[in-house]
Amino acid sequence: MTPVLEARALAKTYVSGGAHVRALDGVDMTVERGEFVAIMGPSGCGKSTLLNLLAGFDRPSTGEVWLGGQRIDGLSEAALARLRRRRIGFVFQFFNLLPTLSVRENVELPLLLAGKHRRAARRTASILLDELGIAERRNTAPALLSGGQQQRVALARAMANSPDVVLADEPTGNLDSDATRAVMELLGRARGRGQTLLLVTHDARVAAAADRIVRLRDGRIVADGRLEPARSVPDLLDLGGDT
Amino acid sequence: MKEVVLALLHGGGAHGYEVKQTLDGTFGEVLPAMNAGQIYTTLARLTRDELVTTEPVDGDARGKRVYRLTAAGQALLAEWVARPVPGMRLKSEFLMKLVAVATARLADPGRLIDDQRHEYLQSLRDLDGLLQSGRPGSTARLLVEGSILHVRADLEWLDLIESRLLEEGKIA
Repeated sequence: MTPVLEARALAKTYVSGGAHVRALDGVDMTVERGEFVAIMGPSGCGKSTLLNLLAGFDRPSTGEVWLGGQRIDGLSEAALARLRRRRIGFVFQFFNLLPTLSVRENVELPLLLAGKHRRAARRTASILLDELGIAERRNTAPALLSGGQQQRVALARAMANSPDVVLADEPTGNLDSDATRAVMELLGRARGRGQTLLLVTHDARVAAAADRIVRLRDGRIVADGRLEPARSVPDLLDLGGDT
Repeated sequence: MKEVVLALLHGGGAHGYEVKQTLDGTFGEVLPAMNAGQIYTTLARLTRDELVTTEPVDGDARGKRVYRLTAAGQALLAEWVARPVPGMRLKSEFLMKLVAVATARLADPGRLIDDQRHEYLQSLRDLDGLLQSGRPGSTARLLVEGSILHVRADLEWLDLIESRLLEEGKIA
């Protein structure tokens, strides 16, 4: 089966203050449909760069990005924007909600841009906001919401067009544990519907929910392993030994 | 274990079976391996050390016995209650292994760190799975949540070990 997402010898060099900084240094990665992948690694290891290249927000210096069997790294901005609207949901670390639109309008926007009718867009948005437990805030401006609520709106927006692939950069980075749980439940449901999830995270507990963990260091993949389904915990408490 | 059993005998005697039932009821799902043999071994040692006295129950054909604290048992229990459990954990099986493996050049220490990190992440998944199953009662839940926090700290510690070894040029 064609992988849903593929990076081939992906590299990115930035010029910063006259010096070349190699943010990504030859990454090969194949993601199958329905996989849930966590990308981890120390700050500056290239995690966010990789995510931005996969979403087409940035262009690789060398190498290729393939989405569902189509090479996308050379597409025009307009073609990339269309592709993202239909097939990729992106959750930014700092939400990037439009401040002049209400919560509901933020979620409706990608639906309208994808050509949905206003009424259908409204219906989809209210279902999503309901699922995330923020329906009662739908007419509020994003700035009046807590970080956790804003993140859920950003997630609803990313999910609006039922994208094949959801890419999320630290989706729980600013959240308390209850909001983290709500976000993880929504991602779990997305996965249950067969959507592919790729998240960059520092939070080990979030990563532990993934099927596969890719670790980057200095722009390279240094580990790529699968987790098993939760094993049973046979004997947590050790009372023996000291008598 | 010794002190826990003494605590359960405080305020009146109990049969071995009652001690086991109380332990099972308190720790429930997290203590499936707890067997009666362990309890009776502990009670026999407490009796030998004169922290507990035991006498047969009148007219019980199965040889059921009741256990009570002695004055020495009460004193040991009081001292245990007054003394906080140690705060320092200066033992690490992983660090010993890492140093031994690196010294003997048995394997790449970086690989050992990667494998250990994977094990910790799997453990987090296992513990979260147990929490989400809803099986642990309130005491067991605290134990699982504590274990999750410890595993997270272990993961942070691995990052520290890794960055230190990288600085020192001991891993590539």
